[in-house]
Amino acid sequence: MNTQVTIAGVTFKNPVMTASGTFGSGMEYSEFVDLNRLGAVVTKGVANVPWPGNPTPRVAEVYGGMLNAIGLQNPGIDVFMERDIPFLKQYDTKIIVNVCGKTVEDYVEVVERLGEEEAVAMLEINVSCPNVKEGAIAFGQKADALFQITKEIKAKAKQPVIMKLSPNVTDITEMSKAAEAAGADALSMINTITGMKIDIHRRKFALANKTGGMSGPAIKPVAVRMVYQAAHAVKIPIIGMGGIATAEDAIEFLMAGASAVSIGAMNFVNPYTTVEVVEGIEAYMKQYGVENVTDLIGVV
Amino acid sequence: MKQKVKARVMEQKQIAPAIYDMWIETELAGQARPGQFICIYPKDKSTLLPRPISICEVREDGKALRVVYRVAGAGTGEFSGYKAGDSIFVLGTLGNGFPLEKAKGKKVFLMGGGIGVPPILELAKQMEADKQIIVGYRDDKTFLKEDFEKYGKVYIATEDGSVGTKGNVMNAIVENGLEADVIYACGPMPMLRAIKAYASEHHIKAYISLEEHMACGVGACLGCVVKTKEIDHHSHVHNARICTDGPVFEADDVEI
Repeated sequence: MNTQVTIAGVTFKNPVMTASGTFGSGMEYSEFVDLNRLGAVVTKGVANVPWPGNPTPRVAEVYGGMLNAIGLQNPGIDVFMERDIPFLKQYDTKIIVNVCGKTVEDYVEVVERLGEEEAVAMLEINVSCPNVKEGAIAFGQKADALFQITKEIKAKAKQPVIMKLSPNVTDITEMSKAAEAAGADALSMINTITGMKIDIHRRKFALANKTGGMSGPAIKPVAVRMVYQAAHAVKIPIIGMGGIATAEDAIEFLMAGASAVSIGAMNFVNPYTTVEVVEGIEAYMKQYGVENVTDLIGVV
Repeated sequence: MKQKVKARVMEQKQIAPAIYDMWIETELAGQARPGQFICIYPKDKSTLLPRPISICEVREDGKALRVVYRVAGAGTGEFSGYKAGDSIFVLGTLGNGFPLEKAKGKKVFLMGGGIGVPPILELAKQMEADKQIIVGYRDDKTFLKEDFEKYGKVYIATEDGSVGTKGNVMNAIVENGLEADVIYACGPMPMLRAIKAYASEHHIKAYISLEEHMACGVGACLGCVVKTKEIDHHSHVHNARICTDGPVFEADDVEI
């Protein structure tokens, strides 16, 4: 039984990763799960300088999921290189660093710094965070802007580049094609869906930011549909995510056309989710006599 | 070590309007410290996130925990229906807890307000100091009062004046002419702000327990931050994580 998948020349021991922003740089969850069991750890977004993020409340629960408006709080690339990368290097898992920025120059600065670090297997470019006013989603909602930033990052990046796409667009295939045409090596989707919650007792928004990104099991059908559409529109591999709670959910994404999957909000609900999904995929493969996990990709 | 484990409800009763008192049998009790919290998971899959609830009391044998909580929504509403023998999942123990050692041989205020009262109980039980327990309530539903009386002199404040001092815990300090070398407190934000100001004015330390909406409870999601005076060690941006760097902070270190 072979659970390996290869994306843009990088081979992962299995197709299970962590979704950026839900797993820090692995430290907190290393108390619960063996990071060596994961295909990759995808870190929380890192910018060129520290970002303070948004005011609180930053999280709110919604039916079958949650809203967050953290606002990409992060310590900046210097601390990240000194602390987070050495931590992750101790483990036999691939490191994918999520990169955020307010301007193209911000992104490029981080991408160039990460180019010095061989332990970083891939870069994931966050052009889809709905919770910051500048940068991020501004690059991810217009095909020409996405094309431009992808091109500029690709010109400087030493590692393969994954563009993380937003579901908050009219046509995901148009965005996917723009990223592919600009040279993206892979896509990841979906980032959170913009939402809002109002506390009717206090007559206030549940989040200080008013809007937030929705994640959790309630968004899974939207994510599966978008992965399926994108997989039929582009040739580059896709990392699928959005509400994955179980191995069955993960396998749905693979069948929709994803080459790998990420576990996000469900880490908060069950800190053991990642490894349970790895084990569940193995059990499924055994049950159905699947030789290679890649045999499941895009079968529908 | 933080763990998500299966636990068993031993007993539960309502002790005031919307306030429930539940004992849970769990091995997490063996590592629990006063001021720490646990997260309880609703069974209903539409309410996914674990609910952070302070530890009210730890049984001496380290095998059971008591939580006293207020029903605030669907999750805690579900919890209030649990009966003896029910299985639940809990994550814990979480947070830093109160620094007991700072009170040794000193005169202390142990202050709780509203649903911030419960975590003060285990603190009062374990603390070796000259303890003055000051607890504030809305009205005469002074839950846990009898429990507190076992561990020190208790002063009550009620908003409606039905028991003790009319007003809040700060009014109770003044009315009773109380003094302290160090303060430990948990309660609503206006109370904690008043305590921070009082401690600063009297040049004494205050250790306050904060709350905020949380998702993960373990320091990963960065949902529950508080502004800090100094640059925090995690994100280097003056934002400490209440779930892991707290919930107890020295009042002077946080901007509340």
